[in-house]
Amino acid sequence: MISLDELKALRDKSKAEISIREKGHLAGSNLDFYRSHVLVCAGTGCTSSESLEVRNGLKEELTRLNIDKEVKVVETGCFGFCSLGPILVVYPEGTFYCLVTPEDVKEIAEEHLLKGNIVTRLLYSEPGTDKKVSDFESIDFFSHQKRVALRNCGGINPEKVEEYIAHDGYFALAKVLKEMTQEQLIEELKKSGLRGRGGGGFPAGLKWQFAHKTPGDIKYVVCNADEGDPGAFMDRSVLEGDPHSIIEAMAIAGYAIGSEQGYIYIRAEYPIAVHRLEVAIGQAREFGLLGQNIFGTGFNFDLDIRLGAGAFVCGEETALLTSIEGHRGEPRPRPPFPAVEGLWRKPTLLNNVETYANVPAIILKGADWFASIGTEKSKGTKVFALAGKINNIGLIEVPMGTPLRTIIYDIGGGIPNGKKFKAAQTGGPSGGCIPAHLIDTEIDYDNLIALGSMMGSGGLIVMDETDCMVDIAKFFLEFTQEESCGKCSPCRIGTKRMLEILEKITKGKGTPDDITQLETLARTVKNSSLCGLGQTAPNPVLSTLKYFRDEYEAHINEKRCPAGVCQELLNFSIIAEKCKGCSVCAKVCPVGAISGVVKEPYVIDSEKCIKCGACMEKCKFGAIVKE
Amino acid sequence: MSCNCQCSTEKENDPRFQELDEIIEKYKNQAGSLIPVLHKAQGVFGHLPEEVQSYIAKGLKLPLSEVYGVVSFYSLFTTVPRGKYVFNVCLGTACYVQGSRKIMDNLKKELGLGIGETTADGLFTLEGCRCVGACGLAPVLTVNEKVHGRLKEDDVPRLISLYKLKEEQGSK
Repeated sequence: MISLDELKALRDKSKAEISIREKGHLAGSNLDFYRSHVLVCAGTGCTSSESLEVRNGLKEELTRLNIDKEVKVVETGCFGFCSLGPILVVYPEGTFYCLVTPEDVKEIAEEHLLKGNIVTRLLYSEPGTDKKVSDFESIDFFSHQKRVALRNCGGINPEKVEEYIAHDGYFALAKVLKEMTQEQLIEELKKSGLRGRGGGGFPAGLKWQFAHKTPGDIKYVVCNADEGDPGAFMDRSVLEGDPHSIIEAMAIAGYAIGSEQGYIYIRAEYPIAVHRLEVAIGQAREFGLLGQNIFGTGFNFDLDIRLGAGAFVCGEETALLTSIEGHRGEPRPRPPFPAVEGLWRKPTLLNNVETYANVPAIILKGADWFASIGTEKSKGTKVFALAGKINNIGLIEVPMGTPLRTIIYDIGGGIPNGKKFKAAQTGGPSGGCIPAHLIDTEIDYDNLIALGSMMGSGGLIVMDETDCMVDIAKFFLEFTQEESCGKCSPCRIGTKRMLEILEKITKGKGTPDDITQLETLARTVKNSSLCGLGQTAPNPVLSTLKYFRDEYEAHINEKRCPAGVCQELLNFSIIAEKCKGCSVCAKVCPVGAISGVVKEPYVIDSEKCIKCGACMEKCKFGAIVKE
Repeated sequence: MSCNCQCSTEKENDPRFQELDEIIEKYKNQAGSLIPVLHKAQGVFGHLPEEVQSYIAKGLKLPLSEVYGVVSFYSLFTTVPRGKYVFNVCLGTACYVQGSRKIMDNLKKELGLGIGETTADGLFTLEGCRCVGACGLAPVLTVNEKVHGRLKEDDVPRLISLYKLKEEQGSK
């Protein structure tokens, strides 16, 4: 068991070791330690693009150059700038290298780490300019962000508890155990205004209070890490980059409600996050930060991991608890809410990963500090996974109330290939879209609800003019339809009927009353489904109908897909003036729908055409168009 | 421990069932142990055929119907053998808007498989999955643990031959 004094001593020692990664650190000012740290991102994004090969190569080079005692290689969690992976940051300079391949390693080691010359060609340049930026804090993608939940991600080695402690890790737990009563702690959380980051936005302090007030000798603390929304990877990055923050927060929650046992329910699809959590739990136990009599206060708390098995519905809280109990992950009606009757019918506090990640920071810096960030009703920051048709894909954290425009243009670097911004989709399959004319919306819980979308867990997918909104609605409904657990009929049958209508429309067989039918069904499914999955499943349809009704109408009335996506509605034709009569298109056409005389313009027989697009891809003169 | 059917001696000699015994022993007194046991068992057997499910049911003292109910509910559990290389195309939103459907269509065509099917030689299985979280590399697919990102439609034949080549070299 570690005492508070020992924790402080460990913090000071570890802090000195990693102070080289702080801004303003003077090179060579602390000669007891390595003169340089190279941080290599080892999150899922970067390891997918071979960052571990880069790391291994780097270590070999350092040994070869005999500077492996001077330069330390540190594996970190996600920096957030996933589209530029693998990412390397060299301290004390703070030089940011991106898209590093194993072949580049030799040059970095020899030029930068040995001779001190920055390798300019591997630096980042802002989209649309050739200006190379060396210091990563001045890159637009990072400079507009404010990191609370992600405070340690990319900055520390997640597999070393000492590095977490160096950043005041476990001091929030010590503070609540030694200085605060359960009521004071809950009051502090209520005052901070923290709301659930998993999507619903329920005030976290209230939830904690309910679980605290429910009598019971056995209670549970559960973390929902079943991040199922496609295109959302916030929770994974926190778990991969800063697992101890979740462990600490869950122990704090255990103290608040009077629980000695916690469970983290995590997707099996996240092997790296699971591994880091296992390592972190082991270290926390070793240091006595989990287990019996923590900090000598008589408080006991321990944690176990439970793996999901690929069921989206298990992100819903009651389904998740049923799954931990070892059953089919079917939801159950609420009330009773988990705070009253949860895991094994005991009072249970269930929060999402990002919600927990905020807790230690709130305890250490105070509720007032947290409440000073954000908008009136949405306090603090929000992490978004920015993806889709945007230049800078990755993970960002911004104060609540940040305008969508700032996220898309300043942080995201705008839309690639000169295309026009069409809509941003938030909230995954439960959410909706924000159309281009509302780009100045300030993003918080209530504004998104007012627009007919929702915050969701934080996936933010950007669409451009080449995305068909009817097709996107169909995509999400296919998802929820497949993931519907089948327990209640509105969701099981209703989503199926809605999907059939959407399929009909995208195939050009829509009829004018389809829209009314869709709306009626959507309302029924929304109002009568048992759990959140069904209650929100119609949102993508309702939201696209609200803002892009004209696209639905074009599909139905004119049998035309304005974005040129829905294959069966496309019409390929050859522009006679541009056609050189080279006959390539006629040769690639699999159904012989193109005919003509060499050196004369060719024509497409639209009756025979199967709309595969092969001709368009092969035409060197841009003479074939689809509409 | 053993069942009464003729397969009992066969199972006793099968090291996989011995491993399964150890797994069941480790978990059987924990509440909610079925799903962790199924995960481990699938790790040992590669899939969960009926005999493995009934073995687990007996070991954990659960009705077979409950075991089967759980196996069939969760998409990560499979009752049929899978190929040596599982091509898993990410069908998450980010990959979808970057053209993952075309990657999937090409794989279907090149491998001659539908989703969830395995080639006759047991080499390839085709699957679709929901977001591996490598959205920065969209569109992506995974082959077993390895992620292949920033794919173009015509990368598909190249990828397949890569793994065929690997197999040929491995068998030499």
